[in-house]
Amino acid sequence: MSACVQDAPLPHRPAARPPAGPGWMGEPLRLAALLAPAAAVFAAFFLLPLVRLILIGAGGAEGWSAYVTTLADPGHFDSLISTLALSAGVTLVTLAVSTVAGLFLVRHRFPGHALLVALLTFPLAFPGVVIGFMVIMLAGRQGLIGTITQALTGGKLVFAYSMAGLFLGYVYFSIPRVILTVMAAAEKLDPRLEEAARSLGAAPWRVVADVILPALKPALISAGALCFATSMGAFGTAFTLATRINVLPMTIYTEFTLQANIAAAATLSVLLGVITWAALAVARSVAGTSVAAAG
Amino acid sequence: MQSLSNRRGWGFWLQLGFTLLVCALLTVPMVMSMLAGLTANYFVGLKSGLTLRWVDEVLRVYSGTILLSLQIAFACLACTLLLGVPAAYALARRPGRFARMVEEMLMMPVAIPGLATALALIVTYGGVGDLRSSWLFILIGHVLFTLPFMVRAVLAVMGAIDLTTLEEGAASLGAGFLRRFFTVVLPNCRSGILAGSLMVLTLSVGEFNLTWLLHTPLTKTLPVGLADSYASLRIEIGSAYTLVFFVMIVPSLILLQGLAKRGRPSV
Repeated sequence: MSACVQDAPLPHRPAARPPAGPGWMGEPLRLAALLAPAAAVFAAFFLLPLVRLILIGAGGAEGWSAYVTTLADPGHFDSLISTLALSAGVTLVTLAVSTVAGLFLVRHRFPGHALLVALLTFPLAFPGVVIGFMVIMLAGRQGLIGTITQALTGGKLVFAYSMAGLFLGYVYFSIPRVILTVMAAAEKLDPRLEEAARSLGAAPWRVVADVILPALKPALISAGALCFATSMGAFGTAFTLATRINVLPMTIYTEFTLQANIAAAATLSVLLGVITWAALAVARSVAGTSVAAAG
Repeated sequence: MQSLSNRRGWGFWLQLGFTLLVCALLTVPMVMSMLAGLTANYFVGLKSGLTLRWVDEVLRVYSGTILLSLQIAFACLACTLLLGVPAAYALARRPGRFARMVEEMLMMPVAIPGLATALALIVTYGGVGDLRSSWLFILIGHVLFTLPFMVRAVLAVMGAIDLTTLEEGAASLGAGFLRRFFTVVLPNCRSGILAGSLMVLTLSVGEFNLTWLLHTPLTKTLPVGLADSYASLRIEIGSAYTLVFFVMIVPSLILLQGLAKRGRPSV
């Protein structure tokens, strides 16, 4: 990784521009020089290995058709569908919860505000395995929900070691990051727009629906896309809860470690990556146009 | 803000209640696991007494993983700052299809599962010198994974301020590029840089998806150790280990949040 130290961008070139003009002529070159170190590291340690992985996926007896046959396998296909459904559900719930909480925290100041923000953004640092442990604390065999339901109804509700537990875990994992994104975007809002809407007689819910949410839309779309991609690709939580939860990352891991089937693992990883990357690209193009429209 | 906080109708209390509920969902299991890590016997409960015995054992057995995780996190922060902030600036100055394409490319390590990135790194660089058994192998993975978070955090702030006008103003007063970059651009996106740094440090310390495949028995990070302890040891040790992780991450979170808050009014 010494590359990132050696390539430390210290662009001296623009200083050499004649002071007569603002120096915009040299700008493309300067910008390219600023982008180059990140691009070099990215190409060497991500693009190149990825191409290698794609080729390995197609390196078996079936060649490139392995990408179709691997997905057509009923077990793999089921696992793909359930992962997509899980991630979409997690994204919707997380966006709803985080927008309400994030907007509230930006628009109001009260005693304990800073502590509340700190607590809400604290799990940002949690590895998937810790999230899994938290879900077990909540909904596991010795968990809080089990204890409460046993006291109330006599039956113990335990759902940690299933898709429901994974759902709870991914919402838990995503809330801090989406709240941070919502808060950062909401802080950049122009309060005069809101004041104008209010002084024109708009009800509070109209202000939220017509002024605040449209302004937050790009941030919400990109945060949602990120949340979706993370839920698709994460496996630490499933790893902790139960290795037989049928999500694609678990399938890939099983193929790689237990079956030593590197080609299948590579194929499925590439397919999963294509799906989530496409989702992000679509979401970004939507967010991009709405930014332009707002400007 | 003041006029807002003065009108505290039912809407305020409803939203406060909801936010507190979300907070409880996030914090209650943390508190439960911390207590479990300090309880002599979790199955008996708190009445079995509080003890630091499990924490001591974790520190004795796993201190190597803690130090390695810190080392990787700060090296990763340095790399993402040096690579990411200039890249974000370049992308912000030339918004358009090319910039969007580059940003999408940089996002790929987040979109693609960590398992796949790790797999790709292993098949490509696993045989190069001693890299496979070095902590630098894990660092590479972490930099790839965290770089987009730094770029996006900085880019978000740069997109919200009118960078071109600010820079044109400075340039018309005769400021060269370096001077503009360090005295106009960087101070104006301080909040983004801090948010990005917070993301990078916390994500690196907690990274598991990539690290699980990239680590070797001699390069175990904290989350790898956690997974080991959850799988094989008694619940008190897993909890105590989680507690150590919490204690480690709180100061940096508070510090970074405090810095972010102090940076804001002066901008």
